[in-house]
Amino acid sequence: MKLLVCIKQVPDLESRFKPNAEGNWFNETDLAFRMNEYDEYAVEQAVQLRESLGEGTELTVLSIGPDRVVEAIKKSLAMGCDNAAHIQDAAASAKDPWQIASIIAAYAKERGFDLIFTGMQSQDRGSAQVGVTVAELLGFACTTTVVGFAYDNGTITAKRELEGGIKGVVKLKIPALVTCQLGLNIPRYPTLPNIMKAKKKEIVAIPVADLLTEESLAMTTRFHPPAKKGGGIVLEGDVGELVEKVIAMLKEKTTVLR
Amino acid sequence: MKALLIGEYREGKLLESTYELLGFADQLGVETAMLMVGSEAPLPAYGGTLYLADAATCDEYNPDLHKKMILEAVQKENPDYIVFLHSSYGWDLAPRVAAALTAAQVSEVIACVDGSFEVGCCNAKMRRTVKTSTAKTVVTIQAGAFPILQPGGSPIVQKLAASGGAALEFVGYEPAEKKDVDLAKAEVIVSAGRGVGKKDNIPTIAALAKALGGELGASRPVVDAEWVSHSHQVGTTGQTVSPKLYVACGISGAIQHLAGMKKSDFIIAINKDKDAPIGEIADVLVVADVMQFVPALTAKLAR
Ligand SMILES: Cc1cc2nc3c(=O)[nH]c(=O)nc-3n(C[C@H](O)[C@H](O)[C@H](O)COP(=O)(O)OP(=O)(O)OC[C@H]3O[C@@H](n4cnc5c(N)ncnc54)[C@H](O)[C@@H]3O)c2cc1C
Ligand SMILES: Nc1ncnc2c1ncn2[C@@H]1O[C@H](COP(=O)(O)O)[C@@H](O)[C@H]1O
Repeated sequence: MKLLVCIKQVPDLESRFKPNAEGNWFNETDLAFRMNEYDEYAVEQAVQLRESLGEGTELTVLSIGPDRVVEAIKKSLAMGCDNAAHIQDAAASAKDPWQIASIIAAYAKERGFDLIFTGMQSQDRGSAQVGVTVAELLGFACTTTVVGFAYDNGTITAKRELEGGIKGVVKLKIPALVTCQLGLNIPRYPTLPNIMKAKKKEIVAIPVADLLTEESLAMTTRFHPPAKKGGGIVLEGDVGELVEKVIAMLKEKTTVLR
Repeated sequence: MKALLIGEYREGKLLESTYELLGFADQLGVETAMLMVGSEAPLPAYGGTLYLADAATCDEYNPDLHKKMILEAVQKENPDYIVFLHSSYGWDLAPRVAAALTAAQVSEVIACVDGSFEVGCCNAKMRRTVKTSTAKTVVTIQAGAFPILQPGGSPIVQKLAASGGAALEFVGYEPAEKKDVDLAKAEVIVSAGRGVGKKDNIPTIAALAKALGGELGASRPVVDAEWVSHSHQVGTTGQTVSPKLYVACGISGAIQHLAGMKKSDFIIAINKDKDAPIGEIADVLVVADVMQFVPALTAKLAR
């Protein structure tokens, strides 16, 4: 069986974001990057399935982006993926979800994957489109927002998370794609021996031009901070003073201390 | 210009959020038609054309069949926009419709500006303005971003039916986990977010909750990491609360968390990041390390 997991590298979201020169995305200088949180759940689920299926199963991890994404790829390999494809694209952040999905589909088409895992959304762009669109382009069965996953003999039983904590139970047959939601599993930390082992695993580099055929359908014209709604008070300074101020506010504005 | 609005039913009930689609269409200034997979009782309070399919025959969740019917309605109405809620139903179905039409999709729209759309990005810290270049555009709108608009009247119903195979079988619903704390009744909630750092720090946050006579709440990562049980989770997939006082400790303020607590009377956020989006709704943002500030506050309250 052939498995694929798609991962994106995203900036640390506790960073401060400044627009780039074109004003259509953030400036990457000084930002630290890591694996998209949702994709960690996707990798973990793919690795668990790969381990339970054992011999004869191959798990490939794919990421589209500049050279820095190799770090996230290496982490996936250390978590247990067998090999990797790095689709080299220095301009990946300017591509819309339709193009990203088309690139992944073009890669997957020739290679006969049975099951593809993606995150439900990326934290920086958050479109929640790429996974489903890949499935549509490949004609795969697909379900999203998965918080429960079981595989048995060609059939997936998945639990989708709905609003209010209700779940929808679905069954789908491979070839299929699932998009993974937070809480699906507990993603493992790569151990040192596995990090060493991962160094020997193959990362195939493919220039994006080999796979890209689609024009973008949507364009970001402006990247900017939200308009401040105001109203709220910002308190900064020494902890002792902050405590005094907060207690004063609680007395003045609420009834909880009475 | 015209929009085809895709409403939602869940477990036989029309979802109130369906009317947010009409609020959006109103701001966009377009004509509307609606489509829903649900039932005739109740019909939405809407006087336009409603394409209606019966959930009893094609399930409340069956993306293949629902996509087919939406495409049929798109043929008849020729809309410029096909609009979904950004919900577990909408974000699942929208890209399928967009792909079938090779239409651009803009996800989780929060505002319309001169033919472009505003969306959040970078965990709600920043915004993007997005312009599409296709004849039709698929849109999903953020929950609560647009007002509920209930035009009244009764729809002109056009029945839809779908047949054929589906790649997916909907087995049924599983109810939400039973709660061991009912946060909805609490007057004070002190919630722990990922910013508290580790499980060992949870008692420190719980101690503040106790000192204020309240309950412990949590953001999702804290629940997913099994630091606290799911019954403490606040947000779209947890509980919706409106206490007199809500204290958010090390919580960034993602939309799914805000949806569960923004109606609180008074909100205090403790965050080391001055730009954290929680600051947009907090009455007070305390810029501090949560593990320094919280014990100091608890100690002072105890005196
Ligand atoms: C469909 C769906 C449903 C969801 N449902 C929910 C839900 O019901 N409830 C929910 O909460 N989330 C939900 N989420 C997840 C949500 O999008 C966010 O990922 C989540 O709310 C983030 O939790 P957080 O703020 O604790 O963590 P983060 O976003 O990681 O934020 C941590 C914050 O702590 C601050 N911080 C770090 N260290 C310190 C320190 N030492 N002192 C002070 N501050 C510090 C950081 O500046 C940051 O702002 C859902 C997501 C999806 C896609
Ligand atoms: N550049 C990329 N390379 C590989 N996979 C990606 C990329 N961008 C998005 N994905 C996958 O698609 C999912 C959804 O992303 P998005 O549609 O941007 O919210 C992510 O969780 C990843 O699994």
